[in-house]
Amino acid sequence: MHRTGELYEQYRTLEQQRETASLGMWIFLSTEVLFFAGLFMTYTLNRSTYPDIFSEASKTIKLSWGAINTVVLIGSSLTMAMAVWASQTGKKKALTWFLIATLVLGTVFLGIKSIEYHDKYVEHHIPGWNFQFEPGADAATNAHAQLFFSLYFGMTGLHALHMIIGAGLLLWLIKESLRGRFTPEYNTPVENIGLYWHFVDIVWIFLFPLLYLIDRH
Amino acid sequence: MSVDGLMAYITAVCAFFAVAITAAVIYFFFKYRRKHPGEVGVPIHGDMRLETLWIVVPLFLALTMFGWGAVVYVDFRRAPMDTLDIYVIGKQWMWKIQQPTGLREINELHVPVGRNVKLILASEDVIHDFSVPAFRVKMDVVPGHYNTMWFRPTKAGRYHFFCQQYCGTNHALMGGWVTVMEPMEYAAWLSGSSEATANPVLAGEKLFAEKACNTCHLTNGTGRAPSLNGVYGASVLLADGSTVTADDAYLRESILNPQAKIVAGYAPLMPSFQGQLTEEQIIDLTSYIKSLQSQPVPTKGSGVAPATGKK
Amino acid sequence: MPREHYLNATYGIRSWLLTTDHKRIALLYLASVTFFFFIGGAFATMIRIHLLSPKGLLVTPETYNKLFTMHGVAMIFFFLIPSIPAVLGNFLLPIMIGAKDLAFPKINLLSWYIYLLGGCFVLYSFSTGGLDTGWTFYTPLSSVYSNSAVTPAVLGVFINGFSSILTGLNFIVTVHTMRAPGMTWFRLPLFVWAQYATSIIFILGTPVIAITLLLAGLERMFHLGFFNPALGGDPILFQHLFWFYSHPAVYIMILPAMGVISEIIPTFARKPIFGYSFIAGSSIAIAVIGFFVWAHHMFVTGESTYAALTFSLLSYLVAIPSAVKVFNWTSTLYKGSISYDTPMLYALGFIGLFLIGGLTGLFLACLGLDIHLHDTYFVIAHFHYIMVGGAVMGYVGGLHYWWPKITGKLYPEFLARVAAITLFLGFNLTFFPQFILGYLGMPRRYASYPPEFQVLNVMSTAGASILALGYLLPMIYLTWSMRYGEVAGPNPWPGTGLEWRTPSPPPTENFDVTPEVTWEPYDYDNRPDLGLDVSGVPALAHGDD
Repeated sequence: MHRTGELYEQYRTLEQQRETASLGMWIFLSTEVLFFAGLFMTYTLNRSTYPDIFSEASKTIKLSWGAINTVVLIGSSLTMAMAVWASQTGKKKALTWFLIATLVLGTVFLGIKSIEYHDKYVEHHIPGWNFQFEPGADAATNAHAQLFFSLYFGMTGLHALHMIIGAGLLLWLIKESLRGRFTPEYNTPVENIGLYWHFVDIVWIFLFPLLYLIDRH
Repeated sequence: MSVDGLMAYITAVCAFFAVAITAAVIYFFFKYRRKHPGEVGVPIHGDMRLETLWIVVPLFLALTMFGWGAVVYVDFRRAPMDTLDIYVIGKQWMWKIQQPTGLREINELHVPVGRNVKLILASEDVIHDFSVPAFRVKMDVVPGHYNTMWFRPTKAGRYHFFCQQYCGTNHALMGGWVTVMEPMEYAAWLSGSSEATANPVLAGEKLFAEKACNTCHLTNGTGRAPSLNGVYGASVLLADGSTVTADDAYLRESILNPQAKIVAGYAPLMPSFQGQLTEEQIIDLTSYIKSLQSQPVPTKGSGVAPATGKK
Repeated sequence: MPREHYLNATYGIRSWLLTTDHKRIALLYLASVTFFFFIGGAFATMIRIHLLSPKGLLVTPETYNKLFTMHGVAMIFFFLIPSIPAVLGNFLLPIMIGAKDLAFPKINLLSWYIYLLGGCFVLYSFSTGGLDTGWTFYTPLSSVYSNSAVTPAVLGVFINGFSSILTGLNFIVTVHTMRAPGMTWFRLPLFVWAQYATSIIFILGTPVIAITLLLAGLERMFHLGFFNPALGGDPILFQHLFWFYSHPAVYIMILPAMGVISEIIPTFARKPIFGYSFIAGSSIAIAVIGFFVWAHHMFVTGESTYAALTFSLLSYLVAIPSAVKVFNWTSTLYKGSISYDTPMLYALGFIGLFLIGGLTGLFLACLGLDIHLHDTYFVIAHFHYIMVGGAVMGYVGGLHYWWPKITGKLYPEFLARVAAITLFLGFNLTFFPQFILGYLGMPRRYASYPPEFQVLNVMSTAGASILALGYLLPMIYLTWSMRYGEVAGPNPWPGTGLEWRTPSPPPTENFDVTPEVTWEPYDYDNRPDLGLDVSGVPALAHGDD
């Protein structure tokens, strides 16, 4: 096993190793785009088929939580970018602090998400779990509202799963940064995990308007 | 059958290329076999003219195949106006067919020769497909909406029909026979059949009252919902300003998902009947509403769009 | 003392199960895909025996429906899709570009374990109730009505998708960043171009089926309504999402085989491939255009006529690059110095069978004809010609071609030629009658059929027994040769690629010294190191490349 920062066997130069890791992360992110795209497509199609019910259902998700979460997540992208900058300029202590800040903000996001999910549980808006949109709603309304919430949980759930994985990666980065592993010559994991984190943020930037903002009147 | 002509054309073109290339391969295989162990071939890297040739020619041929096929297909998808409409309901694992008079058959379809026949296909459960190989036609039967297909039988006889979309355990048994009869025989069969037939219009009228549709859809147009006199086949003006033709699909959607299209000037009050009606009951209601086509349309309180001044 | 190479460098089961050597991982895949080939083949055998009689000879309709479903799932997801990329691609890609390994060797091993995990779920589904939805999992049959073990199967295919994605990612990055000095893009072997194009499809297409199956699985587990019309969903949406991947998937299955053919023909004709850049470009064209034709599987679902016209036109367009390849391969034979070794027999068999399979695709792309031929045995014959007559022959031919490199041994040539011919004849007898059956109207996925179709079905089953022999023979003698075969030198054919400049079998790090590439691919008249007689070769037109 090699320590981070050293040349792995299959590469000829450190430059090649760094380029390879970076290209690998970009391609991985493109697969993620396609993965979410199918889900977004399904949501968009259903939204245009049932505009009124979807609008009604979307109003039951608190805009304030979503907005706060958006700010939190964008903030975490900022701290992540600062972490990458710190690693590039050799500021090891700042790097660790920025990574911790990113992790904290990410955790706040997940915390708020669980509050939202709990609200949905209380209101019987979790599909497959005593789902009832409104008291007295007829079968069709219930079914279409359930469609909205299935997609809501599917999209935000998948996103949250990616955030949890990201949090795990951040923990590892923090541990390694505390050991002083990242230098201006070698900061590939910080950069690449930064890319991943920004991607997860961008997915939210799409999710938020689609789920919370459209047709709110 | 134009489908057979198309088949012959494409087979001929493909056979030509298949034979030509196979012949070339076999010929080269023997003519250029290695003469001594260390021999190499003549290095020819390529030829732009040849590449162009065998891109352009296949492309041209492909476009002819596409074009002819497109013509046949568009004709198939656009039923003519004067069709004999028959409802076909597929369910695991049988076909229920309803003639215009309401006469029902199971796994049998009787049609007159020389008429344009349109099948309106509905599924009660999974996706099926109604296929008559002898007529070179088929169409999927998809739950949740209607599909239509048409054909014009030209010769009397009995022809297989099959379910052609895998639908579960007895998919292979879900077929039957199309019987094409001379028009006189068909008429006689239709009226003379001893099977007790429920007139779908009467059944629909009964349902209309049972489900309380008549409490809002008053015929004189003064109710909370538009009168349905004359609406079948007419243009309907919707609340968002667009118009739509009130065909079978529109009526079915209005019953199951009324919020989708609200008639101009009316509030979205109608409840959905999703899950409360079988496909057959929807067809009965549609037949009843169709029978109101010739009823007088009230000047106010109708869904019929006034724009063209028709009716 | 025997020379050290990748097979004997380390011993013990841990050194295999925890290897990161791309060559060993290729062999791990070889074992697993062969296992699934047996499973899929067993189901196929039962299907063909059952269909000897119009009422069905062997099993109940319920069981028959499970047989064809499991045959499809095993063969497509666990044999065809991984076969050439994960076995031959893994083994050869780094060597062909002059690298020591793939870009991410540990991820390569992870890919294999993910494949196994997916396979376990699917085998669990097969053995606890089976799967009867068709490999296409159409809803609402799969998500609501089927009583079989759908959820584990769907989960297994979902998991397996990540194996593909990681392999594709590894290949693309490797080709971009790990090429040896002098190995420019247009000096790459066409097999590498083919893997690259395939990998594009892996990474862009597979995620879509992943999310689709996830949604279908969730729908089934929690009674949600994405694809269930009774709950407001749309079964046709499932089909769009499903085919968005599954059509490009067929190009995943054929492009690598085409890459193999593009390697074999120059070697056994001893001249450069005709139209190198056109073959390379056509691989990319097929990968790209292939993403835009999916709804040609849905011409009779009631989709809009405009959509149908568009997809039909695009489906004809995607046929053109394949035609270009066939013309170029045939032209390569002209004025070659052709030997009749087994790999060449497979390559020529491929051309013949792919020709028929591809041309019959033109029938199906034709809107007017598809109405009649959709969901009949014509379709079955069409795709088996391409996937078996094409992809599997490419795979088996490739295994023979590179067998000396992989194992250091030669297979028995006479027996191999007999097997190749047996396969070719058996295959045609099995599947050609099915074109006729389809045109006559016999639907697919039928456990019983009208008696007038029996003769053709019996012919098909007879062919299948010969086909089975054609597969068993190589399995036997290839295994035999690993121990008792004649020792192969580094370059028995000889071939011109970098893989033939290493010992057979190669050392773990592939090359003692990183090669520097100065020659063009398949350049037989400029390779004195091959020891061939170029005296008779005239200075000839070097047309456009």
